[in-house]
Amino acid sequence: MAAFVLDSLEPLIAELRSRGFAVVGPVARGGVIRMEEISSAADLPRGARDEQTPGRYRLSTHDGDLMFDYAASPDSAKRFTQPPRQTLIRMRRGDIEEVEDEAPRLALLGIRPCDLAALAVQDRVFLGGRHPDPAYRRRREALFLVTVNCAVPGGTCFCVSMGTGPKATKGFDLALTELADPHRFVVEAGSEKGVDVLGALSQAAACDDDLAAAEEVSRIAAEHMGRQVDTEGIQQWLPQAHDSPRWSDVASRCLSCTNCTMVCPTCFCTTMEDSTSLSDGTAERVERWDSCFTLDFSELNGSPVRGSGEGRYRQWLTHKFATWYDQFGMSGCVGCGRCITWCPVGIDVTEELANLR
Amino acid sequence: MGTRKGTAVTRSVRKRTEGVPRLAVWKFASCDGCQLTLLDCEDELLSVAAEVEIAYFLEASSAPGPGPYDLSLVEGSITTPEDLERIQHVRRVSKHLVTIGACATAGGIQALRDFGDVREFAAVVYARPGYIATLDRSTPISANVPVDFELRGCPIDKRQLLEVISAFLAGRRPVVPAHSVCVECKARGNACVMVAHGTPCLGPVTQAGCGALCPAFDRGCYGCFGPMESPNARALNKQLRALGMSTPELVRVYRTFNATAEPFRQASESAENSREADDDA
Repeated sequence: MAAFVLDSLEPLIAELRSRGFAVVGPVARGGVIRMEEISSAADLPRGARDEQTPGRYRLSTHDGDLMFDYAASPDSAKRFTQPPRQTLIRMRRGDIEEVEDEAPRLALLGIRPCDLAALAVQDRVFLGGRHPDPAYRRRREALFLVTVNCAVPGGTCFCVSMGTGPKATKGFDLALTELADPHRFVVEAGSEKGVDVLGALSQAAACDDDLAAAEEVSRIAAEHMGRQVDTEGIQQWLPQAHDSPRWSDVASRCLSCTNCTMVCPTCFCTTMEDSTSLSDGTAERVERWDSCFTLDFSELNGSPVRGSGEGRYRQWLTHKFATWYDQFGMSGCVGCGRCITWCPVGIDVTEELANLR
Repeated sequence: MGTRKGTAVTRSVRKRTEGVPRLAVWKFASCDGCQLTLLDCEDELLSVAAEVEIAYFLEASSAPGPGPYDLSLVEGSITTPEDLERIQHVRRVSKHLVTIGACATAGGIQALRDFGDVREFAAVVYARPGYIATLDRSTPISANVPVDFELRGCPIDKRQLLEVISAFLAGRRPVVPAHSVCVECKARGNACVMVAHGTPCLGPVTQAGCGALCPAFDRGCYGCFGPMESPNARALNKQLRALGMSTPELVRVYRTFNATAEPFRQASESAENSREADDDA
C-alpha cells in the first residue's frame, strides 16, 4: 500500500465533514482524553501526555506539536457501535413498533490499533453468528475509521502480548503515524473508502526517511509495553484453575463495581428493561449495558447463580481470556489495559493471570 | 386535544364508578424532600392523578380521604413512641406499603443518634428535656412493619418513583437495579473521578438510582442511595486511605443519610477500629 505524508490533519477533517461525517476525535476534557465531536485539528490535545498505572490516570501538558502522544483513553469505539442505552420496541395497546434509530455517519479519528482489534471482536460477536444484529450492522457500516499507530504505550498496555498492536495492520480506512521534527503524519489507506478520501487530499508520497521514521515509532512503542501476558496455552490452563485460592484473594479486593466491564471495548453484555408509561398507555423495551459483576445478571428464580465475588471475577476473567476462544474462536482481550487503569482499586488482570498460572 | 379531554373525563367518571387505585402519602421523621419529589413530577403528576386517586397527601391537600388505601408511600423513620403506633395503623389501612427515601429505608441522618446517647443530646439541646418523648434509635419502617418495596435515595429519584408507582399499578416488578453507581456513571459517559482525579468516591459501594449525579460534576459520590447489592467497603476503604483520607474523614463519609444501613455501619465502625486508625491519630 502506498504511503503518503500529511503536514496537517485539517484538510482530512474538512474532507470527512464535507462528506457528511461527524468527526469524533480525542480532546482533553476534565483531565482525561475523551472521544468527542471535533470541528478542527485545533480541537486535538496538542502536547497532552498521559500516565496510566493500575487505578490511576493523570494527564499533563507539554511543549511540542504532537497530538497523539498518549495511550488509549477511557472511550473506545464501543460507545458508538453499542450505545449504553437503546430503545428496541414500543408497544401501544398490542401494536408493536420496532424502533430503528438512525445510524449516524461517524469518522472516528485517533482510535488505536487495539480498538480496531476490539471492533473485529465485536463484529464476530454481533455479526458472525446465526442471528446478526441489524442495528449494530447499521452503526458499524456508518463508521469511517482513522486509526493512529501508538507511539507511547501506557503503563497498563499489553497489546504486543495479545497481538493487536502497537501498529495497525487491518480494519482501518486510514492509518496515521505521527512524526516529529518536522511535525507530520505518514498515512496509509486500508480500504476503498480510505483510498477515495485520501485521493481528495493534496498529499506528497512518503519518502524513505518518513517510512523509516514511522517504522521506528512502532518498533520503539512495541518495546515499551507497560504490561505483558503469557498467552501460551491460556485457553487450556485458565479454565482448569477453577479451584485456585487466588480467586478468593482477588475477590477480597474486587468491588464488583463493574468498571472493568464498562470500559472494556469488547464486553458486550446487556440486559433488557421493560417499562410502562403512566401517561399514554405505552410500554417500552430498552436494552442497556449490563455486567457479569451485577447480581441481577445471573439471577434465576429470584437468586443469582454467581452470588460470590470470586465466582463473578472468575467468570469474567476466564471468559475474557479463555472460553471466548470456545465461543467465538478468538481472544476476548485486546490488551488495551483499560480494565487495569480504570479499576478504582487497581486490580491488574496481567498480575492475576500470572499468579493463577 | 379533543380526544385527550374526552379521555380525562372518562377517567374521572371511572374513578368514581370502578374503584380507581387509592394512593396515600405518609410522613414520619423526615424533611419532606421525598414527598416533594412526587409534587416535583409536575407534568407526570397529572398522569399519576389520572390513574390513581390521591386520597391522603397532607403535603398537597388538607382534605384527607379515609382508608383503606391501595398504595401507601411512606416517608421518614420511626423515632417516637407515637410513630410506633401510627405506622401499625398505616400498615393496617394499606394494601401495598412502599417506603421512600433514606429515612424510611435506613433510618436517615437522624439515626446518627444510634452511635450516641439520645438522652445526653436531649439534655444539651432542650431546656426541659423531660418534655421530650423519643426513642433511643431511629429505625427504618421495615424494622417495624412488613414493607412491600423500599425505594432508596436522599432524596428519592423522580424517575424511579414514577417507575415504582407504574409498576405497582401494572402489577409488575419495578425496574430499580441494586448494582453500583458506577454502572450509571459509565453509561452517562463520566470518567471515574477516583482514577482520573484521585477524588474519594462512594460510588462503587453505593446503589445506583441518581444517574451518577455528583461524579458528572466531578464530585465523589456521597452514598445517598445507600449500600449496593454486594458492597465491599473494606476494599474501597483501603483505596480511600491510599488517596489520603484520614480515619475521621472515612468514618464521616459513611455516617450521613444511610449511616445505620448495615454495610455502611460496618464500614464506619471498622474504619474507626482498624489499626490504621491508630496510625492516623
